[in-house]
Amino acid sequence: MRWLALVALVVLLALPAWLNSYAITVFIFIFFYAFLGQAWNIVGGYAGQLSAGHAAFVGIGAYASAVLSAQAGLTPWLGMLVGGVLSAGLGTLVGYLGFRFGLRGFYFVLLTVAFAEVCRIVALNTDAVGGALGYYITFTGNPRQFQFQDNRAYYYIALGLMLVATAVVAAIERRRFGAYLIAIREDEQACEALGVNTFRYKMLAMVVSSFLTGVGGTFYAFYLFSLQPNSVFGIPLSVEIVIRPIVGGAGTVLGPILGSFILSPLAEASRVYFGQGGWAGAHLVAYGLLLIAVVLFLPQGAYPALRRLWLRTAAR
Amino acid sequence: MAPGGRGPEVRVPASQGVSRLDAALIAQSLLSGLLFGGVYSLMAVGLTLIFGVMRVVNFAHGDMMVWGMYLAWLLATRAGIDPYVGFVGCAAALFGLGYLIQRALVDRVVEAPHEMQILLMLGVALVLENSALVAFGPDPQRVRSPLRAATVWLGPVFVDVARLVTFVLAMLLTLALYLFLTRTDLGRTMRAAADNLYGARVIGADVGRVYAVAFGIGAACVGAAGALVSPILPFQPAGGLGLSVASFNIVIIGGMGSLPGAFLGGLLVSVAESLGAVFLSPSMKELVSFSLLIVILLFRPAGLFGRAAT
Amino acid sequence: MSAGPLLATPVLEVRELGKRFGGLHAVRGLSFDMAPGEVLGLIGPNGAGKTTVFNLLSGFLAQDTGEVRFEGRSLTGLKPHAICRMGLARTFQIVRPFPHLTVLENVRVGALVRQPRMADAAGRARAVIEQVGLGAKAGHPAAGLTLAERKRLELARALATKPTLLLLDEVMAGLNPTEIQAILALVRSINEAGVSILLIEHNMRAVMTLSHRIVVLSFGEKIAEGAPAAVASDPRVVEAYLGEAYVAATN
Repeated sequence: MRWLALVALVVLLALPAWLNSYAITVFIFIFFYAFLGQAWNIVGGYAGQLSAGHAAFVGIGAYASAVLSAQAGLTPWLGMLVGGVLSAGLGTLVGYLGFRFGLRGFYFVLLTVAFAEVCRIVALNTDAVGGALGYYITFTGNPRQFQFQDNRAYYYIALGLMLVATAVVAAIERRRFGAYLIAIREDEQACEALGVNTFRYKMLAMVVSSFLTGVGGTFYAFYLFSLQPNSVFGIPLSVEIVIRPIVGGAGTVLGPILGSFILSPLAEASRVYFGQGGWAGAHLVAYGLLLIAVVLFLPQGAYPALRRLWLRTAAR
Repeated sequence: MAPGGRGPEVRVPASQGVSRLDAALIAQSLLSGLLFGGVYSLMAVGLTLIFGVMRVVNFAHGDMMVWGMYLAWLLATRAGIDPYVGFVGCAAALFGLGYLIQRALVDRVVEAPHEMQILLMLGVALVLENSALVAFGPDPQRVRSPLRAATVWLGPVFVDVARLVTFVLAMLLTLALYLFLTRTDLGRTMRAAADNLYGARVIGADVGRVYAVAFGIGAACVGAAGALVSPILPFQPAGGLGLSVASFNIVIIGGMGSLPGAFLGGLLVSVAESLGAVFLSPSMKELVSFSLLIVILLFRPAGLFGRAAT
Repeated sequence: MSAGPLLATPVLEVRELGKRFGGLHAVRGLSFDMAPGEVLGLIGPNGAGKTTVFNLLSGFLAQDTGEVRFEGRSLTGLKPHAICRMGLARTFQIVRPFPHLTVLENVRVGALVRQPRMADAAGRARAVIEQVGLGAKAGHPAAGLTLAERKRLELARALATKPTLLLLDEVMAGLNPTEIQAILALVRSINEAGVSILLIEHNMRAVMTLSHRIVVLSFGEKIAEGAPAAVASDPRVVEAYLGEAYVAATN
């Protein structure tokens, strides 16, 4: 398995030399959403706390670094850390309220959605950050301002983000933190009886997850150059974040990556075919059907199923 | 949703002072809110029935309502059927949809971990919302009804006939549901299954059918609500989430699984929103709505009448 | 087997423990001590409040009145995980293994509280698994085990936390006589290794053979305490289990 991953990595690193500009944007799309999905995976996959409001963290990170860059001249390379910290702050709040008050399952999902919507509405009504018209970043192409002329720079940054998040998740899985999160997802009360401070570990997962997602917000801002509250805080983005790990395999290291490689091309293809002429929602219909199919037939996601298949064929 | 969003016109005799204006405005909002509350109650009752019987949270509730609205629109524009008549058709169609969804999909996850149920219903919501988007486009629609412009004056306040009819019909539907649950065999079996699933199985109840009918009724409620509301408010596919959240809000306040709670909660929330619209701008009203939801989730998730979800 | 006078600090001191649910006194005025290394049986008819006592001791319920001291330290207000870290572990009446994890992974979770490094914890987990006799099933998913095996797994998980005092809640319920003998021997060996044991059990023969002393609860109150033989013939105990009519009929 290891050498396969290494080969894949080498291929991905070398790929831009052969790809046209459009293909590179598709890969950026794949890597970036794999990154966001991986960050979500920590709290939603491993710890099993379903959050449907992770877009809030993207939005906060995006607006924070964008505004700090425009108003205070702070380079987004540092701004992304500020964005990450602010997102982690919200993550701490949501986590604290949710976990302290014992919200599980449906109630916790609703809490995360409510917070994301509150952020969206506040952004919509705050003229200082553009309100409903949105916030725009002037394109300078200056790398020190996290802007690049060449698409390939974004490709490598997005790939780097995905690898960093994956490394974090792999490290967590190897350690006690990961074992505890998985156990918490299985049965929280039984964990308490075994000496696990479930509140602390869930909070930790939430903080790490929201921090990473917030960092991703900066990439979002300085790749798209325009921030619309409905897009960057909205439910559709939260859905995009959540669906890749779920389809690929929540609670596994490779799940979000696999999910993104499956879903991102699908989304892009449907956008291309149906984008004109008001078929804008078609790829989301496909997402919905896929989600239903995964829940009914492959509840653990594609990766565990593939792994079982691989082990079975390898055993022969 | 902004029950008071159209802005009531109140004619105040010039000689009266400011306080009379406020009182009339408030009375107007109360009345409008109460009348609209029938719709909220219907939505909430549908959701709480599904939860009460099978402990499944219908994340697609608002999107089903959107389809109710669009079906009413289709009936009105293609067949010339007024929504105040057509709501029956919408309810029937949504009943069928709900029944199918339950039998084909939800039935398989009734005993699964909650996360699976949530994700499944989220998937259904995505499909419903975006197929509506594909079919009807993203722009807001409204249904024209002759009752639209009719108003009746009661002293200083006016009654929007459309809302009055909506209220009456919603009340009748809720009453019909109540009678169904208390007077018919199937209804009583449903309540039995909600209270004690094992016991219901022991006495030979066809639980699968009971579940499917319950889900169908829940969907029918919201289909009817959608049709009744379609002449009053503009609707669009993207509105599904807001409607779902509004339903959750009411049901959580009134108590998950409690029908009286859902009913009263609907009236309560509608009146509160109506009053809120007088004093706040529409988007601030949404903010209040979500903030209220957060507060309720933290302090009273079992609601005023309800039992815990797990 | 009598424990004699308690010379060392009791491992557990319970004073006037009380818990109400609405108007119902689930536990009232309960007081008893446990000596280190003792096996104390907690018996009583259904609904006597035994599992409530376990929940109070292990921190899953907060007491209304009274005090509990474990090795001299107060347990009031502590969360279950903190109490486990102090050395008081428990099993659940209805076993709850982590279904998607293997036996080894299950027990490792318990071991991690003392050994934060995964490799060390896995090592300890393997040792405990051997100790309870599940060695052959270490790599099996917990969901596929028989009831008797799951009881052992539950025991192993709690044991992996290196407890000083182990609360066993009906660990023999649902087992056939052979399995009961096996678990009996296992519990005895755990006690002989130095772990104090407080057990709730309905199997009278098992309780009588295993326990040094017995505490009898009825309707939330202690009605008898002492050596097994004495308790068995105590008329109040007989009455609690069999009713006044029986006592009157046989006297």
